[in-house]
Amino acid sequence: MKILLRGGRVIDPAQNLEDVCDLLVVDGRVAALEKGIEADGETKVLDVEGCIVAPGFIDMHVHLREPGYEQKETIATGTRAAAAGGFTAVACMPNTQPVADCGAVIAYIRERVRQSGVVRVYPVGALSKGCKGEELAEIRDLVEAGAVAISDDGRPVMNGEVMRRALEYSRLFDIPVISHCEDLHLAADGVMHEGIMSTVLGLRGIPAAAEEVMVARDLILAGLTGGRLHLAHLSSAASVEMVRQAKERGLKVTAEVTPHHLCLTDEAVAGYDTSTKVNPPLRDEGHRAALAEGLAEGVIDVLATDHAPHAEEEKDVEYDLAPFGMVGLETAVPLVVTKLVKTGRLSWRRLVEVFSLQPARILKVPGGTLAVGSAADITVINPELEREVHVSRFYSQGKNSPFNGWRLQGWPVVTVVGGRLVMEEGKVLV
Amino acid sequence: MLKSKHLLGLKDLTAEEIELILDTAVPMKEIIQRDIKKVPTLRGKLVVTLFYEPSTRTRTSFELAAKYMGADTASIATSTSSITKGESLRDTAETLAAMGTDAVIIRHSAAGSPLLLTRYIQASVINGGDGMHEHPTQALLDLFTIREKKGTIRGLKVAILGDILHSRVARSNIWGLTKLGAEVRVVGPPTLIPPGIEKLGVKVFYRVEDALQGVDVINVLRIQRERQKRGLFPSLREYALLYELTPERLRLAKPDALVLHPGPMNRGVEISPAVADSLQSAVREQVTNGVAVRMALLYLLIGGGTQQ
Ligand SMILES: [Zn+2]
Ligand SMILES: [Zn+2]
Repeated sequence: MKILLRGGRVIDPAQNLEDVCDLLVVDGRVAALEKGIEADGETKVLDVEGCIVAPGFIDMHVHLREPGYEQKETIATGTRAAAAGGFTAVACMPNTQPVADCGAVIAYIRERVRQSGVVRVYPVGALSKGCKGEELAEIRDLVEAGAVAISDDGRPVMNGEVMRRALEYSRLFDIPVISHCEDLHLAADGVMHEGIMSTVLGLRGIPAAAEEVMVARDLILAGLTGGRLHLAHLSSAASVEMVRQAKERGLKVTAEVTPHHLCLTDEAVAGYDTSTKVNPPLRDEGHRAALAEGLAEGVIDVLATDHAPHAEEEKDVEYDLAPFGMVGLETAVPLVVTKLVKTGRLSWRRLVEVFSLQPARILKVPGGTLAVGSAADITVINPELEREVHVSRFYSQGKNSPFNGWRLQGWPVVTVVGGRLVMEEGKVLV
Repeated sequence: MLKSKHLLGLKDLTAEEIELILDTAVPMKEIIQRDIKKVPTLRGKLVVTLFYEPSTRTRTSFELAAKYMGADTASIATSTSSITKGESLRDTAETLAAMGTDAVIIRHSAAGSPLLLTRYIQASVINGGDGMHEHPTQALLDLFTIREKKGTIRGLKVAILGDILHSRVARSNIWGLTKLGAEVRVVGPPTLIPPGIEKLGVKVFYRVEDALQGVDVINVLRIQRERQKRGLFPSLREYALLYELTPERLRLAKPDALVLHPGPMNRGVEISPAVADSLQSAVREQVTNGVAVRMALLYLLIGGGTQQ
């Protein structure tokens, strides 16, 4: 099967390339990348003039929920949502039921991906047994089975000693330790950012300090151990500042931010819409602006959605009772294009870096480039296409998005995974 | 006329709307003082109290208000309904709608529940207290009491004393008092002052002696024992030593200062028995005024006093 993407603007930071040219895919690989490629009779030609052609986007932080929470999402629906959203690969978090804390669960996930997945899936193994934060999981077992990182995401590692050992021990495998930074005592039973909005709405607050003290601790432990620390979903300005300083000191630290922390503030909670209940919480404008700046400047390396689907009835309850999390796969790209790229706060090149090149490097997985010979994972975005978000049309089972009804620009229009066309014009083809 | 058929909080009301409710409550209070306390204004209407938190006071006050106005009442409380069996608010709302309910008074520990309820039901929704968010009818009865005793609210200095952080009474009072032109001070231990509260136009004090200087009204909040267990202050004893409204502290206020308390009182903790039972205390009057204000609200919301 051959695919020719004709006339698009190819942006591939790994090759320092940003130019209008054609891209030919043959047998799952990039076969040619140049101007004026001719198509033979068996080539599917896609006219992508005016579009951005980028190495496949990788969302390194999603919750696919399978096994155990199939009422929220499955590998089949979650990977279709990914394809629809322009992602060619996702890394899935281990807080499933059972927890992905041993090779058998990782193997099961990979088998289910083979049966029902549409994009590449890289499982993240649990850092500790049962994600309980007490004893290290069998990390060799996890890596052997295909885990690309370890994390107790959703259940912060409160015990500093356990985090220290995880960072130390993981050096043996050269995999990142992904930390969800939250001091549970400081977060207490909060449900939103602590500030004037929580005061007005009468909701219990989670201070930014709940994240910051753990970012500080983990950076110190990264320094102590030499382990590869990756900070998930940063939400605070002070966290960004600490990461900046840590990088200046040469620590092996990377960080991610979600589209929702870049595009919303705690003012979005005003109507008690439970889809705005996320952990870490949406913070105020000062934090939001610092995150956007940190991403543009390179302090924050990666955009990741923390796609967290929930069943409709789980979210259709009082704000206090709703579970944390919002879906993100099918809105991430147009949100960031509309709110950051179109407003001049983020360049297209940087967008491709943070959505593709950087996650590939951090997880050491294929992709992140369109160099001839590399796997044909491709994301095509039409920068001018404007469309309204309709949660009812999501491929994800999760409809918990506060962006329903938003008019956004810059939608993904083609997703190619390993040379296979899996999405065209927003429709998933498999 | 009120703009909305719901009363979710005083934040949403204009000064004119608040004054309309207070004005309407004046004749209602006369009805309560009659021998036959019943008018047929709301005959045929069904008013339901839906209480997810126990509160005999507020529920009884609403039920009396509805009955005096001639409405039928029904009540659903956590102990007797299926809520404890895990029935969702949505399910309960659909049941209430099927019963032909005209007004629902909801009390809930989760902020925002009354707003959620308006999405499921056509009836008027009245917030009877939601989490730490608002308790608008309590603030309305406080405003009514202050206005009755002082003649006006504009220009008065009002101190709200105690656990401001967890208090929906404090928040609704702040909205109402500032809209009507009072100068509001909040005072309590720093751990019980919510972040950013000064942005609502109030002055923050930590020392009660500073806050009470020259005030016209002191609204004393109830302190919940569970706050101490969560480490927000060391002990009730120390709380009382620092913040109890004693006769000595009361003397710092204006000589005719009015003392309010939403009840039930912890005598000897947030308020001394001598102050609670003094002539300056309007606690008993507040109970009567609560019924009058709620009658006025029901009249305005389901008796034809809204634009909707
Ligand atoms: Zn997390
Ligand atoms: Zn997560």
